[in-house]
Amino acid sequence: MSNIPADLNYTESHEWVRDNGDGTVTVGITDHAQEALGDLVFVELPEVGKSFAAKDACAVVESVKAASDIYAPVAGEVVAVNDALDDAPETLNADPYGEGWIFQLKLVGDDPAAGLLDPDAYQRVVDDEA
Amino acid sequence: MLIQEQSRPGRMATAQAPLDMADVSDLPAGLRRKTRAALPEVSELQAVRHYTRLSQKNFSIDTHFYPLGSCTMKYNPRACNSLASLPGFLARHPAAPESHSQGIMACLYELQDMLRIVTGMHAVSLAPAAGAQGELAGVMMIRAYHDARGDTARREILVPDAAHGTNPASAIMAGFEVREIPTGSNGDVDIAALRDAVGPQTAGIMLTNPSTVGVFDCNIQAIAATVHEAGGLLYYDGANLNAILGKVRPGDMGFDVIHMNLHKTFSTPHGGGGPGAGPVGVSKRLEPYLPVPLVVKDGAAYHWQVEKDRPESIGRMTAFGGNMGILLRAYIYARLLGAEGMRRVSEYATLNANYLLARLSNAGFTLAYPERRASHEFIITLRKEAKEHGTNAMDFAKRLLDYGFHAPTTYFPLLVPECLLIEPTESESKEALDGFVEALIKIRAEAKDRPDLLKQAPHTMPVRRLDDVRAARQLDLAWRQAQAQD
Repeated sequence: MSNIPADLNYTESHEWVRDNGDGTVTVGITDHAQEALGDLVFVELPEVGKSFAAKDACAVVESVKAASDIYAPVAGEVVAVNDALDDAPETLNADPYGEGWIFQLKLVGDDPAAGLLDPDAYQRVVDDEA
Repeated sequence: MLIQEQSRPGRMATAQAPLDMADVSDLPAGLRRKTRAALPEVSELQAVRHYTRLSQKNFSIDTHFYPLGSCTMKYNPRACNSLASLPGFLARHPAAPESHSQGIMACLYELQDMLRIVTGMHAVSLAPAAGAQGELAGVMMIRAYHDARGDTARREILVPDAAHGTNPASAIMAGFEVREIPTGSNGDVDIAALRDAVGPQTAGIMLTNPSTVGVFDCNIQAIAATVHEAGGLLYYDGANLNAILGKVRPGDMGFDVIHMNLHKTFSTPHGGGGPGAGPVGVSKRLEPYLPVPLVVKDGAAYHWQVEKDRPESIGRMTAFGGNMGILLRAYIYARLLGAEGMRRVSEYATLNANYLLARLSNAGFTLAYPERRASHEFIITLRKEAKEHGTNAMDFAKRLLDYGFHAPTTYFPLLVPECLLIEPTESESKEALDGFVEALIKIRAEAKDRPDLLKQAPHTMPVRRLDDVRAARQLDLAWRQAQAQD
């Protein structure tokens, strides 16, 4: 069973989004996603200062099985990236919701959950794939 | 053990030794080595044993059934190799003038012509040195075509999500943006999504048909019409040409560009990642942009056409005329087959795939697209086995090695979980196919009763399960002198 924390929002493409309450959100990939990808060997981070529309591809994670795009869950400007992943991509496997965060966005809109799935809805997405 | 590690000062392999010291006095002093090259010093017998042992560690089409989906690992007929090794071919210098190269130019000219006819295209260039380079040439020609018309807003290439990873990579290399088109549940391109995606920004679509999920896209005419009406061009990835060779022609399906993997469909060796050849064929409107050189015939004489003869060409992909030895082998293969033989290639390739599909389906394996007939390859998904026994597709693949079969392609295409993409090719006997089915049935029984046997496989190979995570995270690709002294 994959872990789906109740305090986060999600996308159908398996990103999680944490509302930091200050107009920024933190983004990573879900436990289910890291499990499906397998051991990660490379993470390509977005550039700080770059803006993305919701659903734009903005980062890449590569495992021994596949390379996958990470999409911006909401529109915003990248204000921080997790540089530690450059040297330790395995952190994403070990702690996807904590140390394995990928980037932070400063929101363009007001709603940090716009267009996102709540934990129950994301659970259904995962169940459908099983 | 690397051959460098066997090196001892003063040992020497007479058969590999040069007859004379090379005279380097005509090389500029600044370009000459200051130190001796770190070449291994071993005896002739050591060299023979080393490379013989290495070759024995390999799985190859000469030793094992090799059903690697999307790769067309077919038998490489010995005749192709022996004829391409005739001294007149081997000894020709690449800078030899046309007057001394008429024989090989005749072969290349005829190969251009045979590939043109069998794909239904207007013209062919043999220049690209591999499939991926053929792809790049193809999308560069699409770009050149739009640019020449001043149609510079066309910056987007559509790529189905089942495509080979090289497709989006080639499009990006040629300066395009990539937009992904989803695959429908029956394996065909989602035509409604395609209609929504095309527009004045569409430069073209890159398509493999049959696709990487192993089915012939029934909507190809509608796809071609949709993209053409939007002003885009159609690119055909020839990876799966083996399924339709001599039967259906990409040119007739409406494609404007195609690359062919001669090392797949035309049976040139795959060994060691190359050399390859990825000729490109084009429709009439793209002909001016073909990469050079081309061979043309004027009366009885053959000539090279180069940059000055073809000013709109996208240019050269390689030095000289491409990978001649590979082109020659493909030429000989095509001549040995003839048009009738080419039809038999695709008939037996699809018959073998459908036989395997039916047997595996009857044995209870889950097909990814059960309602579809296989092309030359098909997908089974081991989701059920992974769920019930914790043995995934990679475990099955590794265990197959113990049974004497190269594993099928695993985890590709990405949209089918726990998948094996199986392509038997036309070369195999019914007995070989039956043996493969029996092995998979046995392995599934092992998965149930002794799952650790799969999880720790292979047990009989020169190396056990490799740590591919560590290999990818800590690249160790080059031998250095310093390591020997550690």
